[in-house]
Amino acid sequence: MSNVAQYDVVSIRNDFPILSREVHGRPLVYLDNAASSQRPRQVIDAVRGLYEHSYSNVHRGVHQLSQESSRLYEDARVAVRGFINASCVHEVVFTRGTTESINLVAQSYARPLLKAGDEILITHMEHHSNIVPWQMVCQQTGAVLKVVPISDAGELEMGRFNEMLSDRTRLVSVVHVSNALGTVNPVKTIIDAAHAKGIPVLVDGAQAVPHIGVDVQELNADFYVFSGHKLYGPTGVGVLYGKEKLLNAMPPYQGGGDMILSVSFEKTEYNTLPYKFEAGTPNIAGVIGLGAAIEYVRKIGLGAIAAHEHGLLEYATKQLKQIEGLRIIGEAGQKAGLISFVLDAVHPHDIGTFLDADGVAVRTGHHCAQPVMDRYGVPATARASFAMYNTFKEIDVLAEAIVKTIEMFG
Amino acid sequence: MENLRELYQQVILDHNKNPRNFRKMEHPDGFAHGNNPLCGDQIDIYLKLKDGVVEDVSFDGNGCAICTSSASMMTVALKGKTEAEAKALFDSFHHALTEDTAYPDDIPLGKLEVLKGVKDYPVRVKCATLAWHTFDAALRKFQGDISTE
Ligand SMILES: Cc1ncc(COP(=O)(O)O)c(C=O)c1O
Repeated sequence: MSNVAQYDVVSIRNDFPILSREVHGRPLVYLDNAASSQRPRQVIDAVRGLYEHSYSNVHRGVHQLSQESSRLYEDARVAVRGFINASCVHEVVFTRGTTESINLVAQSYARPLLKAGDEILITHMEHHSNIVPWQMVCQQTGAVLKVVPISDAGELEMGRFNEMLSDRTRLVSVVHVSNALGTVNPVKTIIDAAHAKGIPVLVDGAQAVPHIGVDVQELNADFYVFSGHKLYGPTGVGVLYGKEKLLNAMPPYQGGGDMILSVSFEKTEYNTLPYKFEAGTPNIAGVIGLGAAIEYVRKIGLGAIAAHEHGLLEYATKQLKQIEGLRIIGEAGQKAGLISFVLDAVHPHDIGTFLDADGVAVRTGHHCAQPVMDRYGVPATARASFAMYNTFKEIDVLAEAIVKTIEMFG
Repeated sequence: MENLRELYQQVILDHNKNPRNFRKMEHPDGFAHGNNPLCGDQIDIYLKLKDGVVEDVSFDGNGCAICTSSASMMTVALKGKTEAEAKALFDSFHHALTEDTAYPDDIPLGKLEVLKGVKDYPVRVKCATLAWHTFDAALRKFQGDISTE
């Protein structure tokens, strides 16, 4: 607990300008971090600094600004490499986000390989972005999408997973931390089991990287993907990590500038990694902002962040469980900092509106995980998700606002 | 917060808890399924017409308080209306929730008036109008069926 005691949440909050605003006359209590987190001044300044000082297109000019922008852009790649401990920098491909990263793997890795009857294995707790790209590639190839079931508590049924890894399985794609349930999946075990059968694994780390330290080499993940905007960075930027051997063997995802070495009308020679997968002018400011976000997170330390958020999760779980008529959806043994819940008396959508009136921002809806909602027989849930800057006091505000809402409907 | 409280107190306490005409209907003349994928509201509207008059209308499904109570109030308001009157009421109601200007041919909304408060919560407007859009779809389907016969 010692690092929790030293954790200076007040000074962290001061780094996030938006946290001092009010909503409907109440201090903002921002608990929608799983949808998108807020930005520290360091990220805002990095983006502003680029535009005010160094901005130009990257990799294209001999002039000073292009060189400065290119260097900042590539520095961000170095930061990402260190953050997830990729073995080399060119295994880090910048994309628009988790969604694009998964689509890229589906189309460039899976599609050329899949034959009718082959299988892609996902789980019942995936975000739509880790379902639909596979459905599309299955439609294109005649492959079959297989879904590992989850338990009432919201854990993967690992026995079923092992049974479902078959001779026809060509890829496993699994979420590291569920955005709807908070479950932290045993990805290391999953990867080891798949590798034992020679099957590669993609890990959707969108909800993991902001909250738990990720080491792609230790996990031995073949692909690991995430978004910048949940990691205190800008929107419209994300990462595809892939093992060099796999990325090298894959055809480009999109064609255009930057992804080529030479072009003639007869023959085009593709660029090397990672540029082969970064066609066109990239999200330069986004990438540089993401680099600043990673630097910020590393300065605070993911260990300290995880400990703080775990404290928040435990406290919030305890507080919410005391509320009569409240049911938590997702009670896995290993959870990251979010709580999905429903109330007997109040529809999630009404909860969202009433909490908002008290300045509390939560997400309500199906969280882009409709199969999860169906699994638990609810149309939607309300979800409070925590970040490094949330406080115990904010959990109290949340709990009070929920109680008031229930009374209103009582 | 006070506005919100008032809105809900007037609307939900009654209709959300005791929705009127909340039932499936055997052999309806018109039927449509409405779905608000963003929040998971699902509603079925059933409709019986006789000589161009809404003889019975009922609903079934699962939605938030605004959606449910709006559907309930709608069924009460529509019974006995002609097709044209029903359509005009829909237009008027929709206008009241989405536009700042007064509706040109203002049709009195009667008890539906309380739902106008939803206009202050733009993301909730579609909760209040889902039942109406679904009703409109059911009516169109019925009319379509007739015209193709
Ligand atoms: C688990 C998970 N996967 C994928 C995504 C999609 O991320 P993005 O919309 O940034 O591409 C999200 C975010 O909503 C998520 O929570």
